[in-house]
Amino acid sequence: MSIFQELANRDQVFDFLAPVQSPVDVRHGPILYMEDVNVSFDGFKAINNLNLTVDDGELRCIIGPNGAGKTTMMDIITGKTRPDTGSVWFGSRHNLLTKNEPDIASLGIGRKFQKPTVFEALTVFENLELAMATDKRILPTLTAIMKPEYRDRIDEVLQTIGLQELRDRLAGILSHGQKQWLEIGMLLMQKPRLLLVDEPVAGMTEQEMERTAELLTSLAGKQSVVVVEHDMGFVRSIARKVTVLHQGSVLAEGTMDQVSNDPEVIKVYLGEEA
Amino acid sequence: MASSQNWLLRPFQERSTQLFLGVLFTALVVVTFLHLFMPQDSALHVSAYTVTLLGKYLCYALLAVAVDLVWGYLGILSLGHGAFFALGGYAMGMYLMRQIGDRGTYGDPVLPDFMVFLNWDSLPWYWQGFDMAWFAFIMVLLAPGLLALVFGFLAFRSRVTGVYLSIITQALTFALMLAFFRNEMGFGGNNGLTDFRDILGFNLRTDATRLGLFIATGIALAIGYVICRAIVASKLGRVSIACRDAEARTRFLGYRVERVQLFVFVVSAMLAGVAGALYVPQVGIINPSEFSPLFSIEIVVWVALGGRATLYGAVIGAILVNYAKTVFTGVMPDAWLFALGGLFVLVTVFLPKGIAGLLQKRHKTKPDDDTPTRQEATA
Repeated sequence: MSIFQELANRDQVFDFLAPVQSPVDVRHGPILYMEDVNVSFDGFKAINNLNLTVDDGELRCIIGPNGAGKTTMMDIITGKTRPDTGSVWFGSRHNLLTKNEPDIASLGIGRKFQKPTVFEALTVFENLELAMATDKRILPTLTAIMKPEYRDRIDEVLQTIGLQELRDRLAGILSHGQKQWLEIGMLLMQKPRLLLVDEPVAGMTEQEMERTAELLTSLAGKQSVVVVEHDMGFVRSIARKVTVLHQGSVLAEGTMDQVSNDPEVIKVYLGEEA
Repeated sequence: MASSQNWLLRPFQERSTQLFLGVLFTALVVVTFLHLFMPQDSALHVSAYTVTLLGKYLCYALLAVAVDLVWGYLGILSLGHGAFFALGGYAMGMYLMRQIGDRGTYGDPVLPDFMVFLNWDSLPWYWQGFDMAWFAFIMVLLAPGLLALVFGFLAFRSRVTGVYLSIITQALTFALMLAFFRNEMGFGGNNGLTDFRDILGFNLRTDATRLGLFIATGIALAIGYVICRAIVASKLGRVSIACRDAEARTRFLGYRVERVQLFVFVVSAMLAGVAGALYVPQVGIINPSEFSPLFSIEIVVWVALGGRATLYGAVIGAILVNYAKTVFTGVMPDAWLFALGGLFVLVTVFLPKGIAGLLQKRHKTKPDDDTPTRQEATA
């Protein structure tokens, strides 16, 4: 009898009928897969046939001169901008082009903006609390209570980003570097599979930069991390694999040494700086 | 941070809420006592006129709390909250009109006077059911709530915020004012609804009913305040502040900003509706002037004067400004608007955090503590 019931349960017999809420499927390799993506704004091609794959657990740095399309690429992945053509997949199950920003965030893609944005009127603790991966609908949020395990999780992240001392201070009084770390901490609270980090060390001191490099490399492996950065020294200190963007498409890809010896890259980017 | 498990009980553990409720209930008891037990000729006697006046202030205070909830904590500057107040008022007014029965000038048992005057032969469909108190009281919540739901759904879904939203809310209340001015709308046109007799069987012209309405308004203010406080102290309140300060960030954290905005906006509109419903039986009339954009702007001035994002500041602001208005319009009626404008300018320049900010500064126990409080950081 129970066999019949099981057979009658269509989700179990035909697993493609089950709602696609499953964790990200990375059995086929990449966690992020972008193919032939094109975006133009008023005729200006911001992204031009972009192809990019990021493997699970990888720490990838993306560099490129201003206007190369780095931020637009992040906008596409997080659902802020819709590409004109192309496909973007998260794992091999989730088509990101069919989802909106909150959906993509709850799938496990966290994004750190170029300018640190934390909630300045809330304490450091509360900032992390809001970022926590919980039910984000209205009524559950209204009736939410602070469970001990939540508190432990927040304290754990506070430890990671080194802001335990400032736990109950308003985020508005933090220094620039501390805000950047708090924002990374907020991303960690979301337990993301993929972290998109936009210019994490802009405006940081040398020491703060070192700490940020440590923080980001310690995250790789557990999460996949994509870092967009201008600062070549910083990229060199954390990068394993570097992608160079130029005029909306990939110019070169490889280790830092390979990339920085590529004549094309030297011409469009490094040559400019030297 | 409060630790209660139940979000609705959380405010009762806060010092500020305990203090607010204490002051409010003491005021209710004192006014009741002075009204009932002091001889008429005593200097301490509170007349029925004053009781009703105070009741009116409390209605305004509840309305100000509703505006502060959306403006202070959600960052939505609504310049049209008078519309929700007036809709609640009209729902109550329709009930009171039906209660008149055949005692009107024309003596029609069903039709209100103005409909007889306009030669209508039957009650419009939307007047049905308002002879029953329970139905009318539900409509007091439902009419403003539904308007806020539809309006908010369209506005927030299109991500209209900031000054654009303020202008649209202003247009909303203005459009409703024009509509309600029309006789064909069936709400008494220019004159509105008036000449009320009874509420729930009690004669509105007796002192006891007036006192009862005053106390009911006080209780409504207490409940409204606690509900707002409960929302603000919950995680949803912190999400609201997050939406106010960094909308995009909140969205990337996985919150549906437009739903948070819609929820808080609808709650606020309903509170405004209740304030309007309690206002109408006390002043004895509701007409389209309550929809006027000027009134809605005035509400915002009360909140700004009292101190934004504090809730109790809104109450203080509403009562003080309206008391000043009563005094001023008695002495120099023409100068009132100038006085209000001047007051607003003075407070914005010298007290950017309003009267509540002044109180907080006084209250601060450690003068050398440089940690800014939440209100200071948000102001």
